[in-house]
Amino acid sequence: MRNCDLAIIGAGPAGMAAAAEAAQQGLSVTLLDEQNRPGGQIYREVDRAGGPRGAILGQEYLHGASLTADLGASGITHLSGAVVWAIEEGFRISFIRDGRGEQLEAARVILATGALERPMPLPGWTLPGVMTAGAAQILLKQSGVLPRRAVLAGCGPLLYLIAAQMVRAGTPPLALVETQTAGSPMAASRHLPGALRGWRYLAKGLKMLAEIKRAGVPRYTGATDIAVAGSTRAEAVTFRSKGQAHRIACDTVLLHHGVVPNTQAARSINVPHVWSEAQQCFVPETGPWGETGKDGVLIAGDGAGISGAMAAEYAGRIAALKAAEELGRITAAERDRLAAPLFSRRSRETAVRPFLDAAYPPYGGALRPADSTIVCRCEEVTAGDIRSFAKLGCLGPNQAKAFGRAGMGPCQGRYCGLTVTALLAEANGQTPDETGYYRIRPPIKPVTLGELAAMEDPSATAAE
Amino acid sequence: MKTDSPFLELAGDAPRVRVWFDGQPLDLPAGANLAAALLAAGVQVFRHTPVSGAPRAPFCMMGACFECLVEVGGRVQQACMLDVEEGMRIARPHEAEADHAEL
Repeated sequence: MRNCDLAIIGAGPAGMAAAAEAAQQGLSVTLLDEQNRPGGQIYREVDRAGGPRGAILGQEYLHGASLTADLGASGITHLSGAVVWAIEEGFRISFIRDGRGEQLEAARVILATGALERPMPLPGWTLPGVMTAGAAQILLKQSGVLPRRAVLAGCGPLLYLIAAQMVRAGTPPLALVETQTAGSPMAASRHLPGALRGWRYLAKGLKMLAEIKRAGVPRYTGATDIAVAGSTRAEAVTFRSKGQAHRIACDTVLLHHGVVPNTQAARSINVPHVWSEAQQCFVPETGPWGETGKDGVLIAGDGAGISGAMAAEYAGRIAALKAAEELGRITAAERDRLAAPLFSRRSRETAVRPFLDAAYPPYGGALRPADSTIVCRCEEVTAGDIRSFAKLGCLGPNQAKAFGRAGMGPCQGRYCGLTVTALLAEANGQTPDETGYYRIRPPIKPVTLGELAAMEDPSATAAE
Repeated sequence: MKTDSPFLELAGDAPRVRVWFDGQPLDLPAGANLAAALLAAGVQVFRHTPVSGAPRAPFCMMGACFECLVEVGGRVQQACMLDVEEGMRIARPHEAEADHAEL
């Protein structure tokens, strides 16, 4: 079995930066990541995105290459294509790589599992042709593939970013259907003084909006009643805006109303989570270093609460310094000295966040979907089903599994968990914290018996 | 099969290799992400759900949603987590329900 000081799960900005910092402080590091190449989603395939693709994606994306370059340092073992399916006390990490099971022992663990798109259940969202805006970004970053006739629906900076990139690539979206209302920026304006510390982000946002406007892309704001029409695939988006009903024919619909922490790994080892009213999602309870209620487990980056790529990088370094101090490689005083500039840079990066959270609140129509809307895509459970479970006495998401299999499909609740919590909380007059979330147990990714059978040391199997 | 894909592919320099999707030959860029390459080639339905037989296609492209499941080498796998390899034989899982499907 492999052995190291520190195991890091996820090779996005937080994980890559943590690996570099930990190695610099003398720790032996194993960086496990599902993808075949490092970068996470934000810097996906950054090492292969030269030429026109780099120009479309922009400088902030290309910055990721400085992080992938650091992975060559001695002391870092980067295991790509490694799908982690269990983390156990001690710590023992089980993963699948090249079709066979492997295990790793580590004294400390940093979870850098990043974010997922916030679920956006609306009528027709399961049709082929409907994807997340993040998926469109991945298609562009990794494969240079862009939708020809797309409507973007939802809200938030990522929606503008992908729209601007599509403009640059010569395939502007047919329309932006935006859910924020005129009231949202008003509510957000009280956060503006703080946000001005992050003025670069505001300037970037205005630049993207100008690019979208110049390309003549129509923008509809305050959109409600958004639905995707089509029988076997997406054919149009329908919605209401400013009292008018609209229908825009298209082939692709890209949905986005924010991202939320990917908490599957943290939950599987019982890290306590708490509802964040500002971000409308569950976040793990973490301290300033990313430390959790679970000794030896740190969380860095968007997995600890959405803060963006640059903040993730600093958080990764901060968590790595904490691990190095805990393992006796540096003193607490050295740790504090090295971390001080990182803390101040991170706080500058996160200054814009309260403004963004208030200016682009999640789409209400998807937080409280109509009864006929599918919320659990895997098991095809509707919002009405969940509400009827509540009437029968279902108090929490785990019971909802027994009532109707919600959250029991292959995605393990990743794209329905928050919705199911919200629906049950509303129906039962409880808070999201009282309602809780699915209990996440290993395997946190599907694993086959063949992969387990091919494990190098079957006597030490984790599947006892 | 529809030749006009809803997706545009920026010119790349990867050589094309022959794969089969549901028995149909396709020439995809070697080493490309399989889900992306299938979308660019005009494949619109990747699978049908076991619950209602509804058509599905890639949704998240990052290994989380499991909508892009296809059968490769006798195993049901996420197309978005695979690279294109020469000679790949890709099928929709739950073949029986896929009879009436259109590419």
